Amino acid sequence: MEPTSRNFHANINAALANPTLQQALGKLTRGFPVKRLEAAARLPEFEGLRDQARDIKNHVLANLDFYLEQFEMRVTDWGGQVHWAKDADEARQAILDICRKVDARTVTKSKSMIGEEIAINEFLEENGIEPIETDLGEYIIQLRKEPPSHIIAPAIHLSKEQVAETFFEAHKDLPEDRSLEEPRALLEEAREKLREKFIGADVGLTGANMLIAETGSNVLVTNEGNADLTYSLPRVHIVIASLEKIVPTLEDAATILRVLARSATGQEMSVYTTFCSGPKRPDDPDGPEEYHVILLDNGRTDLLGTEFQEMLRCIRCGACLNHCPVYKSIGGHAYGWVYSGPMGAVLIPSLIGMDEASHLPNASTLCGKCESVCPMRIPLPRMLRAWRKQQFTRKQSSGMSRLVLSLWAKMVKTPPVYRFVNRHVIGLLALCGRKSGRFRWLPLAGGWTTARDLPVPQGKTFMDLYRDGDGAAP
Amino acid sequence: MSSSRQYILDRVRAAKKDMLATTDPAGATERLQRHAVNLVPERGNLNKVAQLILFKEEAEKVNASVVQIGSADKIPEEVARFLKESNIPAKIKMAPRLKDLPWSSTLLETDSGVADGDDAVSVTAAFAGVAETGTLVTVSGPDTPTTLNFLPLTNIAVVESGKIYGNYEQAFAKLRQQNPGKQTPIDYMPRTLNFITGPSRSADIEQTLLLGAHGPQRLHIIIVDDELP
Repeated sequence: MEPTSRNFHANINAALANPTLQQALGKLTRGFPVKRLEAAARLPEFEGLRDQARDIKNHVLANLDFYLEQFEMRVTDWGGQVHWAKDADEARQAILDICRKVDARTVTKSKSMIGEEIAINEFLEENGIEPIETDLGEYIIQLRKEPPSHIIAPAIHLSKEQVAETFFEAHKDLPEDRSLEEPRALLEEAREKLREKFIGADVGLTGANMLIAETGSNVLVTNEGNADLTYSLPRVHIVIASLEKIVPTLEDAATILRVLARSATGQEMSVYTTFCSGPKRPDDPDGPEEYHVILLDNGRTDLLGTEFQEMLRCIRCGACLNHCPVYKSIGGHAYGWVYSGPMGAVLIPSLIGMDEASHLPNASTLCGKCESVCPMRIPLPRMLRAWRKQQFTRKQSSGMSRLVLSLWAKMVKTPPVYRFVNRHVIGLLALCGRKSGRFRWLPLAGGWTTARDLPVPQGKTFMDLYRDGDGAAP
Repeated sequence: MSSSRQYILDRVRAAKKDMLATTDPAGATERLQRHAVNLVPERGNLNKVAQLILFKEEAEKVNASVVQIGSADKIPEEVARFLKESNIPAKIKMAPRLKDLPWSSTLLETDSGVADGDDAVSVTAAFAGVAETGTLVTVSGPDTPTTLNFLPLTNIAVVESGKIYGNYEQAFAKLRQQNPGKQTPIDYMPRTLNFITGPSRSADIEQTLLLGAHGPQRLHIIIVDDELP
């Protein structure tokens, strides 16, 4: 998709003014965090597992070339094929070539963030191949031609009435007077519609939650079972995965699985976890005849060895979104590209460039909640600060903000000056506002006062109180 | 594309000098061969009896129904009972693995093989069960087609009580022991290995939890004390 991260401010205003979205976000962020907490509480080893999950990925990243080659070797052993892709163009072309070779007309697809990243659906359509999203949420947003608004709940921003409207529009062959009021009816209609598609598809395209170097397997995690119908029914199974998805062994995969669902939805385990290895064996009665893995870089090797390397530990659980005060207010679409929330604010600039995404690293209060819930212990706030620092030093931020920040930096580095200015500004504010006790408007503070009043300072700085002994402990 | 392979590997290698962790090819090779077990939750390491109880509890918590029977000969009867009780037509597609059970003792209409879109009920045989999350482990193969797990609206799965393990790692260990002496993945890894934890579900519409999204809406687990014939 065309990024709209540049229009972040307009996107935010639209999101805040959208009551359906606000209601959905309220529900989402009250639900998932509570369930995550309950699941973590049921597992005393949860924190230890997070440590190990982090260490596994660190080990993989430090030995990535070795593990990539091992993985490729195993896939080849099975009779599968690995296609290395530098960028989105190469990945799309590789997928198209495979589809062309088998004369594919339809491709069923289970949800893949990499698929979103390389905009594979649009590309296949342009080339006369029909891609069909099979995850219920993805199916809905595909019909509406919208990007996902949440990693694991892509249609979270829609009401059931909107979904019903979409289905009436899309499924013209069904009676117009059918009832689609209940979520159950919507689910059943989608199940029926997609059933035909699953059975008729020529190629099944899935993502991968992990790639296992030991066995050359890809791991797929879903609750619906759509991925399983996607790889098991068509003649060809294509896996599209970014190269940091590698883990060494089945045991290492088990460790990550123990933190994945708990962090994502608060489930102990997602319903379906599948390990696919190669095409079907000679005596297998079902399964695909061809197995391909597209290994995508698309800017990830640029992050290796930098202060953003740890972002490559991300397992796309969505916990940082669910806990982020900014995401909770504006939802996923405002971020303007396929990822969102804190992980998106770190990842998007590195994948589409800071020119396009300059607002995103600033869309954070740096409260630290994201890092505290990240199953892979990714220091997201540190990386957001690193982007901000880069913007400052490369002069990518606005002239005004750089000027103010430079002045501020000079001032705080000279404590007597800081204290002097602070004392007088606070004294002045206390004097001006002593009647009402609050400011409704203040020069240079419009960002604060347009939404809420600023309480009037009490008149003395902490340092002054301390010196006078007023603030002494009782 | 081979140039892209070289490009990516070159870039990975070039970045190594700036990396936080040290590279360790010997350690990595050993890791692949040793497949050491990481931290396993205590609840995945209970005694046999407690493990079985936990398996049932966890499976029920995720909306599966569970019964335990003694003799494998009673499986057809239990399948018939469950279908009747659930008001589901008495017609099943079973995994060939279960063909030798005494199906003729019931009035069930039976067939075996891969699932097609018209099968409403499947009866499958699990490779193992895992107590820590009430998870079934199934493998693909000539006697156990994968599609039976997913296409029918009702899935009845048989698991031997002796094959219910505490944790995922024990199930992996059993996989690796299938062909003693042979330790390359090609000897132990099936085309498809499935972990199944409850029936299919989705909460994609207004976060309302609904069962039976694409996979089965009902999962009935029959734990059998006997070994399957």
